[in-house]
Amino acid sequence: MSLIEDRSLTAPAPNPALAAGLDEPLTVLHPDGSRHASELLDAHLGDVDEHALTDLYVDLSILRRIDAEAFALTRQGELLLWPPSQGQEAAQIGSGRALRDTDFVFGSYREHGLAYLRGVDQGEAMRVWKGVQQSGWDPMEHHLATPQIIIGAQSLHATGYAMASRLDGSDDVAVAYFGDGATSEGDVNEAMVFASAFQAPVIFVCQNNQYAISEPVAVQSGFPLALRPTGFGIPSLRVDGNDVLAVLAATRIAVERARSGGGPTFIEAMTYRMGPHTSTDDPKRYRSEDEVAAWREKDPIVRLERHLEALGAPIDRIREEARIRCDAVAKDLRAAVTAVSVPDHRALFDHVYTTPTARLERQRAEHDAFVASVVPEEHA
Amino acid sequence: MTAVDAQVRTETLQLGKAIGAALHDALEADDKVFLMGEDIGQLGGVFRVTDGLQATFGPQRVIDSPLAESAIIGTAVGMAYRGYRPVVEIQFDGFIYPGFDQIVAQVAKLHYRTKGRVRMPMVIRVPYGGDIGSVEHHSESPESYFAHTAGLRVVTAATPQEAYSTLRAAIASDDPVLFFEPKSRYWSKGEVDRSIVRDLDAASILVPGRDVTLATYGPVVQTALEAAEAAADEGIEIEVIDLRSISPLDVDTVVASVERTGRLVVAHEAPKEASVSSELVASVAERAFASMQAAPERVTAYDTPYPPSAFEESYLPSVDRILDAVDRTLGRRHSRSTEPAAQGGAR
Repeated sequence: MSLIEDRSLTAPAPNPALAAGLDEPLTVLHPDGSRHASELLDAHLGDVDEHALTDLYVDLSILRRIDAEAFALTRQGELLLWPPSQGQEAAQIGSGRALRDTDFVFGSYREHGLAYLRGVDQGEAMRVWKGVQQSGWDPMEHHLATPQIIIGAQSLHATGYAMASRLDGSDDVAVAYFGDGATSEGDVNEAMVFASAFQAPVIFVCQNNQYAISEPVAVQSGFPLALRPTGFGIPSLRVDGNDVLAVLAATRIAVERARSGGGPTFIEAMTYRMGPHTSTDDPKRYRSEDEVAAWREKDPIVRLERHLEALGAPIDRIREEARIRCDAVAKDLRAAVTAVSVPDHRALFDHVYTTPTARLERQRAEHDAFVASVVPEEHA
Repeated sequence: MTAVDAQVRTETLQLGKAIGAALHDALEADDKVFLMGEDIGQLGGVFRVTDGLQATFGPQRVIDSPLAESAIIGTAVGMAYRGYRPVVEIQFDGFIYPGFDQIVAQVAKLHYRTKGRVRMPMVIRVPYGGDIGSVEHHSESPESYFAHTAGLRVVTAATPQEAYSTLRAAIASDDPVLFFEPKSRYWSKGEVDRSIVRDLDAASILVPGRDVTLATYGPVVQTALEAAEAAADEGIEIEVIDLRSISPLDVDTVVASVERTGRLVVAHEAPKEASVSSELVASVAERAFASMQAAPERVTAYDTPYPPSAFEESYLPSVDRILDAVDRTLGRRHSRSTEPAAQGGAR
């Protein structure tokens, strides 16, 4: 398949309303747990029964527990750093559950929910935060790129992957996750230029958690971020990011569009990072308790719990099931993190190139000789 | 000529056309190879290096990209994730900086960050160097920025044969390679044998000589050869080494040469500070100091921005500046010291 020769067939028809949810983010689950009709979203939620809702609830709970456990491990000196995801569970689980295994995810450093959904062993995932490895998992095995610290850089990688998928004649899609601050970066904007020009089957999931470290989103933009992609001809959906069903439905819409040759979609998931930017940050310096409390009322897990209860689901049993699963994940996580050992110093030189250069081998030998000269050999 | 020789596919090509031939042959040999860049398709590139390739291989293999260098590199990263072998073109040396982050923070490091699980078999083609009488940002030599970054291979070529062989090797490499093309030599002609593929890491001794080692690369190779010829008229034998690989530098070859000659001159178009010559002189001094009979000399551009083209002749290494440096290593001229007052001499 050519990237450009059939542009005239795939270019979106002029649409005065490329963005949905600008006035009010699209939602179906309200904070009190009640379900409201949405013409746009409901059509993509037909299969979500009580069983599926229970699964989503367990996923959300496990992600929150992973986050809490990892954060605690930073305080105990087991992990160096942790970027918390509390509050963003629905945005991550809802979007991640709309993908299939062969789709490729390019996240930032906060998408712990995606790592969990893509089957990454939590001990592997934590190696980055323990400072022993820069990517704990095999990106090719999990179809999940290595964590990305450079803000927005992964949006280009996802777009390129999507272009390649299209060239292959495949219907695999690529998904880029980034935050509100990333929309100010050139790379995210260039990614939208390429995605639009080549009608790449890529989905941009912007988790607007309201803050780029300390800067409120108003510093990045004076208008909804979901308006930006419309300038590139990319349709966007602005959804309640704390409503797991809204995010699921919106992502399904985007995935279906991408798989069927309809090109890219931008999703702005309106959410809130309840904790600090990372375990070294102090959010009290830049936001009020009142603001945090107001968002606590919109908690994605409580919301789904209330909804299940309103449906008459056996909420006590579901809660207990989630607790058992969370305890098991937390126990495994703690054991795995504790078991991670510092690699042999010689690994410092591994994998710089596919085949080592003579120059690096010389430095490796110099390093080994130096270490041997200063560390006395143990005597029996 | 024997029958075997007759079968060798040699032809006379300009250096730019040799690069086009290498791209053609690589596209033909592997359907995972594709080209992407600004104006490379319909137009055939601003230097016509990719002329005819889109017509032959189609717009899905030779992709005219939007005008965004970071995205050209960054989307190629994503395509490499899916098993492609991108060959991207940056139109001019001075335009590479918007793509710098993707090159040094992503392309260079992904193999290391993922413990070898993600490979970036990408080639970034960069027409570079001056002496074409152009306006600013069209004549720079930014190779040192990339040589400084682990994970990248940085190579160049001086002749049509080298250009063909180097590019084929670069595309075959599973490591990311920056291929700096000496644009002032695009129109120089030479024999090209398409069966020759080179070793990406090795320098090449072009002219053996006993008196002075002259190491250089890219567009200055021709200047160095002319200098060696002129010196030979005076009975001075200059050993000319084409470094070919800027990173990793083939220090071994230069050290072995300096151990024979005792003298080293390094020449390139890039400014002097923190340059390839800085690295080479330091590395050779570390290993062959005892063999050196004179302080090493460097003939480079000056540490100014690339000047208006009216100044190019003064700015770039010339045959005379190289011979001047050779003379200093031989003790035929005074040292470079320009401290006037203390000497009190005539000025």
